[in-house]
Amino acid sequence: MNILITGVGGQGTVLTSKVLGRYAILSGKDCKLSEVHGMSQRGGSVTTHVRIGDKVHSPVIWEGGADMIIAFEILEAARTKHFLKKGGILLVNDTKILPMPCISGGAEYPEGLKEKMLEEVNNSYFIPAQNIAEEVGNSKSSNVVMLGALCRLFDFDKQVMIQSIKDCVPAKFLDVNLKAFEAGYERVI
Amino acid sequence: MDNKELMLTNKAIARGAFEAGVRVLSAYPGTPSTEIAENFAKISGAHAEWAPNEKVALEVGIGAAVAGARAMVCMKHVGLNVAADPLFTSAYSGINAGLVIVVADDPGMHSSQNEQDSRFYARSAHVLMLEPSNAQEAKDFVKLAFELSEKYDTPVILRTTTRVAHSQSIVSLDEPEDVRLRPYEKAPSKYVMSPANAIVRHRVVEERDCILSDVVNTLPINRAEYSRRPARMGVICSGIVYEYVKEALPDVSIYKIGTVYPLPIKEIQRFAQKVFQLYVFEELEPYIEDTLKAAGVKCTGKELFSVQGELSVAKIKEVFDKTPRPVPEKVPARPPIMCAGCPHRGVFYVLNKLKLTVNGDIGCYTLGAQAPLSATDSVICMGASIGMAHGFKKATGGVSNNIAVIGDSTFIHSGITGLINAVYNQSGITVIILDNSTTGMTGHQDHPATGKDIKGKPAPSIDLAELCKACGAASVDIVDSYDLKQLEAVIKKDCASTDVNVIIAKRPCVMLDKTPKASCSILGCKNCGKCLKLGCPALVKTDAGVKVDKTLCVNCGLCSKVCPFGAIKEAN
Repeated sequence: MNILITGVGGQGTVLTSKVLGRYAILSGKDCKLSEVHGMSQRGGSVTTHVRIGDKVHSPVIWEGGADMIIAFEILEAARTKHFLKKGGILLVNDTKILPMPCISGGAEYPEGLKEKMLEEVNNSYFIPAQNIAEEVGNSKSSNVVMLGALCRLFDFDKQVMIQSIKDCVPAKFLDVNLKAFEAGYERVI
Repeated sequence: MDNKELMLTNKAIARGAFEAGVRVLSAYPGTPSTEIAENFAKISGAHAEWAPNEKVALEVGIGAAVAGARAMVCMKHVGLNVAADPLFTSAYSGINAGLVIVVADDPGMHSSQNEQDSRFYARSAHVLMLEPSNAQEAKDFVKLAFELSEKYDTPVILRTTTRVAHSQSIVSLDEPEDVRLRPYEKAPSKYVMSPANAIVRHRVVEERDCILSDVVNTLPINRAEYSRRPARMGVICSGIVYEYVKEALPDVSIYKIGTVYPLPIKEIQRFAQKVFQLYVFEELEPYIEDTLKAAGVKCTGKELFSVQGELSVAKIKEVFDKTPRPVPEKVPARPPIMCAGCPHRGVFYVLNKLKLTVNGDIGCYTLGAQAPLSATDSVICMGASIGMAHGFKKATGGVSNNIAVIGDSTFIHSGITGLINAVYNQSGITVIILDNSTTGMTGHQDHPATGKDIKGKPAPSIDLAELCKACGAASVDIVDSYDLKQLEAVIKKDCASTDVNVIIAKRPCVMLDKTPKASCSILGCKNCGKCLKLGCPALVKTDAGVKVDKTLCVNCGLCSKVCPFGAIKEAN
């Protein structure tokens, strides 16, 4: 199973891949993760790759090879959607963050990206994860809201996923993250 | 699965060093190699350090190894350029205890200024080079590298690339070996590389090369994996490319190279005879391909793949399965940006306003080249800002309106000698040191002017102002990076002077202080767009005027200083 996670630096893509990696280990599977550090952390696009299976070779997912894309922002979903397999699931946090070229006037944030993706990708889900995260009390936990949604959509073992979150999230943020997870799990369908 | 862990390859390298009994590790931060030293400092009780640059790091490693301790030195590919001087001659002197140099290449330039291929260093320095494909191999290869280093009295290079260094895979942990300190014996003919001694040692290098060229054919890390199907197609590969081939072409025969220098030519020749068509898949230069062709092995390589960028499963499938690669949608780029509150922002805003030619350097502040700040004219390599600024002045007889801008860590890495040169050869340049008290871009490592060592313990702190004065700077002004007025005044003063002057723009990196901050507020915005010229991600343009994104704003107040209408207020 190949899961591509994409977002803007600071949105928690790396933590999300860490939780999924932990899930794979707890499930006794082989797993490889790939992430890029350095330049990309400074508010740029960040993409991490999670591959889970009996035997995994490439740590990197290839174009047309992702079973699922979790995008924390609409433009980033559009940027990476060619990685999706035919029939793959596109799970998008229904929020826009303007990149600097759009702020400084060098480019326009494209209109109608969401509508286009809904039409192109049969299994696409746009979730107001940002709003849900704010409702449960931490605007920065939208990544875990998305994990809840993923768990439901992909039929992951909920208890194992919760354990994985417990293993990866610092204790003082655990409560709010578990609430965010539940909210994402309940609200996706 | 008690002793198994999903582990970043860089951490696995650190773990390998720990298990191999490394007593001294020295490194300069550089993506994608930084986490090796960081993790070693956490895992091991042995000495770990941030060196001021890679040359010093390698000299430390050579010293430790000659003294009898297993040593590791880590850097990114361009760091090996800096360390090349000790590298070539340490191949002559040899070592005593094992010395392993880790170098991380960056095909695709995720976080680098070039795509150079470190494998050529191994060949020209005649130093054994190993290349792992994943975290487990990385840990195993480190331990093997120390054995080979000691057995053949040579430094050994372990090469990774970004996708290996920054991927995680499952690693089995072992107990650390009990490796004793080896006795040091005085041997000037071996360790004093004066011409007479070096001439003798060069012969040793050549003999060792011949021996190793044979030995590598017997090492299990070089291996053929024959397809169960009739072997028609054979692929030679190493590192991450091996993992791509296993994924993209599961039915081909593979020769997996573990020693990229020397290559196991005899074994590859045997493999070549057993397949119908032989390919070499490699990222960057046709290093393996050219070596094999020179040895008379017929193969196809770079006719199929570019020397630029990374290979991928999809690129291989496109060539061999005729699977077309899906085309990405054309959408606006999201380049990295200076954080809200970044102390570098104001400096570049002023430099842009003053229309100076800016000779920049390597670090977060390379982003000063991007719109809307658009201030920086040149970035070449670590420390080049000062040398280039001096060259600009000399080329134009002193009238060029240019200035050097360099970070604190980069200044210590290789800016000091440039400053001494400018003073000595009297170009009258102005140098701005952006002192954010950390090595920012690579993820906040300490350095000799931060007052902390790699483990976060107190350490002596170099006083940059005193250092610059000692180098001969006529004036050194320390200015708060947020104080736009004073910055502008001091820059104007120094640029009008014919002396070499230094300005230290000082304020810690905004990411070092994670306490919650108040945010600026805007009332009565006339939408003139002046504040947007700061390129701050916390300022968002709307039809109703600029708004502050309170989740990003840290109340640095720069926008309130540039607003001509006083519409933006800093929170008190």
